[in-house]
Amino acid sequence: MYKIIKKETVAPQVVAIEVDAPYIARHHQAGNFVVLRINERGERIPLTIADSDAKKGTITLLFQKIGKTTEALGKLNAGKAIRDIAGPLGHATPIKKYGHCVLVGGGIGAATLFPILKALKTEKNKVTTILGAREQKLIVWEDRFKEYSDEVLVTTDDGSSGRKGLVTEALKEIIESSKVKIVIAVGPIRMMQAVSELTRPYGVKTIVSLNPVMVEGTGMCGACRVNIAGKTKFACVEGPEFDAHEVDFEELVNRLGFYREEEAEAMKAFKKKKCKGHCKK
Amino acid sequence: MRARDPKIRNKDFKEVSLGLTEKQAVKEASRCLQCKKPKCVEGCPVEIDIPGFISALRDSDFSGALHVIRKYNMLPAICGRVCPQENQCQGRCILGRKKTPISIGALERFSADYAVKKGNTEKTPKKKPNGHKVAVIGSGPAGLTVAADLARLGYDITIFEALHKPGGVLVYGIPEFRLPKKIIAREIEYVKSLGVKIKLNWVVGRTQTVDELFEEGFKAVFIGVGAGSPRYMSIPGENLNNVYFAAEFLTRVNLMKAEQFPKYDTPVKKAKKVAVIGGGNVAMDAARTALRLGAKKVYIVYRRTENEMPTRLEELEHAKEEGIICKFLSNPKEIIGDDKGYVKAMICDEMKLCEPDESGRRRPECSGKEFTLDVDQVIMAVGQASNPILVKSIKGLKLWGGGYIKIDEDGSSNIPGIFAGGDIATGAATVISAMGAGKRAARAIHTYISSLKKVRKR
Repeated sequence: MYKIIKKETVAPQVVAIEVDAPYIARHHQAGNFVVLRINERGERIPLTIADSDAKKGTITLLFQKIGKTTEALGKLNAGKAIRDIAGPLGHATPIKKYGHCVLVGGGIGAATLFPILKALKTEKNKVTTILGAREQKLIVWEDRFKEYSDEVLVTTDDGSSGRKGLVTEALKEIIESSKVKIVIAVGPIRMMQAVSELTRPYGVKTIVSLNPVMVEGTGMCGACRVNIAGKTKFACVEGPEFDAHEVDFEELVNRLGFYREEEAEAMKAFKKKKCKGHCKK
Repeated sequence: MRARDPKIRNKDFKEVSLGLTEKQAVKEASRCLQCKKPKCVEGCPVEIDIPGFISALRDSDFSGALHVIRKYNMLPAICGRVCPQENQCQGRCILGRKKTPISIGALERFSADYAVKKGNTEKTPKKKPNGHKVAVIGSGPAGLTVAADLARLGYDITIFEALHKPGGVLVYGIPEFRLPKKIIAREIEYVKSLGVKIKLNWVVGRTQTVDELFEEGFKAVFIGVGAGSPRYMSIPGENLNNVYFAAEFLTRVNLMKAEQFPKYDTPVKKAKKVAVIGGGNVAMDAARTALRLGAKKVYIVYRRTENEMPTRLEELEHAKEEGIICKFLSNPKEIIGDDKGYVKAMICDEMKLCEPDESGRRRPECSGKEFTLDVDQVIMAVGQASNPILVKSIKGLKLWGGGYIKIDEDGSSNIPGIFAGGDIATGAATVISAMGAGKRAARAIHTYISSLKKVRKR
């Protein structure tokens, strides 16, 4: 059992929990994720490690309540425990001295980027962070990004915060005005795809973190396979980060929609039925 | 062995084989010739004293029979169900030359099940702790065997398991109808009763490195992580929706209980017409699972013929009885999708058999003809490769064949203190061969740690 130490709502439907997991905290590197299962009947879902504290022995997970599992997870308060957490999984982000790096975070994609930002700054890179969302209240952890980034740009669709428009517009200006060495983009697939298409003609190395459906998360089942430069790769062990310019985004979108009906059914059943206690076990 | 009616059993997940009654077991045991030089024992990877336990059964000493088996085999209820006996003990039985060999597997299973049915508690032999810690990575058949054998010698054993449930392939791979989960749980309880500790959600290589285990005072490490990475064919259409790797399909159902969705959170797609590619036990398991999930038609698509199939005979027979259709000499070459990216058909080449290849089996070759199978789900069961997570995390570990651990006959790797066995050392094989490897490794680990003590005493 992995105890929740702290819980915080960071945006509407977006929750951050700090969880006691000393071994995972000690080995966490930027880019890693965990697979968790809330209770005996739960499914295994992957979540990026948004932060960790090796001394305290905790990891922070940030998630959006969009399905049954994340809804149920969001109901667990500090003091409660998560039944299973395995990790840290996945390749670490390749961190070195690049020069000027741009991080592009869409919505809660920022959670994945935060440890990457910290690691890039340890290597003394110049980092510009672009945080984008539909509206101001959906921008997460702006203060944390400001603490570490050389510059933070916020874009919102409705102009309620920062500049009105898409992250790609802000990114384009930076690429054209500065010598950007690497772009790391994490967020909704269509956003990552748009970033990828934008940087391709400029020849700027671009990394995206993919979020396919996973089951066990250690390369055993192949549920998370993605098409990278025409080859099948397992995102859980060979990713989740890949060269954006080699990703078959259309296939990923198609595969992500495979269980949509079941996800809706589970959610409906969850909302209708009050738990009789098994979720607390 | 008695089995449930195929027309009823193919709709549920309850166990197919019913096992022997007391009367049947005694009668079958009485047929044994009690050979002086028993061939059956030679055929057993863990060298069970087969005439010994059969003789106890013949005298209706059922708990005595189990006692004999346990000396050699920690998991008899499992082996009695999943061993390919026709190629092992039973295959060597002298009686088989003229007529039917002794049903050794069924008798082993009976002995293990009988004790439980009667509520007999087994006395677990306890030895004085010797204070030496050994880490076992992976809780499948190899790991459980090493753990139990060493615990019985007084070692302090911790098993590290990556998943949330112990048992490895026994739990995520083999379906309930062939090996009920409660039987695995019972055998694992037995191993725990020997003092073995099990740490779950522990992905060694990630959660903790092997070096750190040594630093924590473990004197030796046994790696039995299996060959957990699915192979695929690299044919067009492999990533369409409703193409599953058997490992995922079976994990969803066996480990996550997806057949009970939405009571359990993990779903699995139920299809009408399913093609399972492959001719091994995993293919049979996937096909029969698809049938039980409600498929109207399930094909096994195999590129050779029935004679070359690596599956256990009983599984193929059961599959056929349940209504699985075998398409032999058929090699898939493309999976066709609809406009929404879902499987709608599969194109196969018709094959013919030529001269035998390195495996000794006749090699299939394209006949030039092809056919289309109208299916809405494809499950690939074309073998397993090595999983890179752990082996790549150990610096200097010698590998072969692109990721399997190179070991000596006794299970030792090129790094002192690191031992391995089962599929991660041999490539995908059987439960019992993994257990045999575990037995040898346990002996080698005991010798290794004993030699360490001697060095220190000097």
